Amino acid sequence: MSTVLKVDGINVYYGAIHAIKNVSFEVNEGEVVTLIGANGAGKSTILKTVAGLLSSRTGSIEFMGEKLGAIPAHKIVTKGLALVPEGRQIFLQMTVEENLEMGAFTRPKSEIEPGLADVYERFPRLKERRRQIAGTLSGGEQQMLAMGRALMSKPSLLMLDEPSMGLAPILVEQIFDIIQELNHHGTTILLVEQNAQMALSVAHRGYVLETGKIVTTGSGEQLLEDEAVKKAYLGG
Amino acid sequence: MSLLSNLINGISLGSVYAIIALGYTMVYGIAKMLNFAHGDVIMVGAYICFFATQNFGLHPVVGALLAMVVCTALGVVIERLAYKPLRQAPSLAVLITAIGVSYFLQNSALLLWKSDPKVFPTFFSFPDKATGEMKTGISLFDGGLTITYVAIFTVLMCVIIMVGLTLFTGKTKMGKAMRACSEDKGAAQLMGIDVNFTISMTFAIGSALAAIAGVLLCSSYQTLMPTTGSLPGIKAFTAAVFGGIGSIPGAFLGGILLGVIEIFAKAFNTQISDAVVFAVLIVVLLVKPTGLLGKTIHEKV
Repeated sequence: MSTVLKVDGINVYYGAIHAIKNVSFEVNEGEVVTLIGANGAGKSTILKTVAGLLSSRTGSIEFMGEKLGAIPAHKIVTKGLALVPEGRQIFLQMTVEENLEMGAFTRPKSEIEPGLADVYERFPRLKERRRQIAGTLSGGEQQMLAMGRALMSKPSLLMLDEPSMGLAPILVEQIFDIIQELNHHGTTILLVEQNAQMALSVAHRGYVLETGKIVTTGSGEQLLEDEAVKKAYLGG
Repeated sequence: MSLLSNLINGISLGSVYAIIALGYTMVYGIAKMLNFAHGDVIMVGAYICFFATQNFGLHPVVGALLAMVVCTALGVVIERLAYKPLRQAPSLAVLITAIGVSYFLQNSALLLWKSDPKVFPTFFSFPDKATGEMKTGISLFDGGLTITYVAIFTVLMCVIIMVGLTLFTGKTKMGKAMRACSEDKGAAQLMGIDVNFTISMTFAIGSALAAIAGVLLCSSYQTLMPTTGSLPGIKAFTAAVFGGIGSIPGAFLGGILLGVIEIFAKAFNTQISDAVVFAVLIVVLLVKPTGLLGKTIHEKV
């Protein structure tokens, strides 16, 4: 099993605030890895740093054996790393299909049609609505669009930031089913969630973050049974 | 008859405003800044065309193309040197900088090309088929109504540009990337779009349009000074806000309406025409703050 992503001792600051403290973790090929933690623990900050939207002062991020260093965010996508951002950030004034086309911005034109066909097969709802303005979609559909858009770049690693946020429980189930299905089809996934229960139940491994530091790590099952984790994040 | 003649003049002037407003609106839509130096790029374009044709004897079309090239480069350089370092700065800082760039351009023009007004040549005169006489327009109703060639050409040019930009932003990959950047720069970066490059492209297009507007404006009004671009720039900005800033059809509609209002106000009373123009802006902003075609965005959370 080869390592897809290796984050080694990164430190990220927002001005004077030390948001991420010496965080290291890795994601192996074929895995679903989750970062869980309370609001403000730094989960999203880590994903943004890996995606190149923020930069770490020290430490290194290695993706598929290549140091990402100072590569700008728009070039990192071409390496096969896609982030579905928190709050989805789809292009609300563009149509569903245009959103998906933007997802394939870095891909050759010949890949757009097959890419669209793949996404529509996985998300039939998006196909029905492909000429609609994305702003008119429901929350669940917007999340599907955000995921479909990221898949259009044919990522080797898909990073999802709070995909369940603001969704009804039935839709949360549906989104997690899709995450598992994507993983079964070979997509490696790094998942950030506040819904620790759901996240750990689909993850092979997890890391628990507290105020910018990793405090515990283990397999999904282990963490689900861990007393401290249960107490802090699983309401028990 | 004077009603019709005013209407035609208004649409022609409005077309120039619309072309300038399109540049304003595109830059605002993507970079989220008001480039108040845009009007002065118009003036630079007109000077380039003037010297190219008068001093170097180039064909007017070549002169206009040269003006476009120079203005495109100027727009990109202005963005790179003055605005890009302020990408993260408060919008007020960017606004003040834009005003500074505007004065910089005006004063550089003053230094380079002096303050005396240049008489811009009449490019749009063609020989009459019957008499061979050079004519600047078509005479209708036994001379009761003259439509100048420059007016016809200006309106045509404006329509072509507006359709072209609509197609560009709606159909091409670069155009869609621009719309993506205008909505969400962070998300656009995650798609692999180079936001800085996209902003440069927007300035390039806007400035090329400014050059066209400069040549057309001076072809109609024929006086060229370092301050020539200033007032039309402000009025085009008014037109862009009037139509709904950020909207391409809005800039077009706003420009045409503003031109027509201005000419009719002038026909009524020359002194107050500019006051009327800006009063219109105030009323529109009071009644519909997003402008005529401006969208209010309802975001779902």
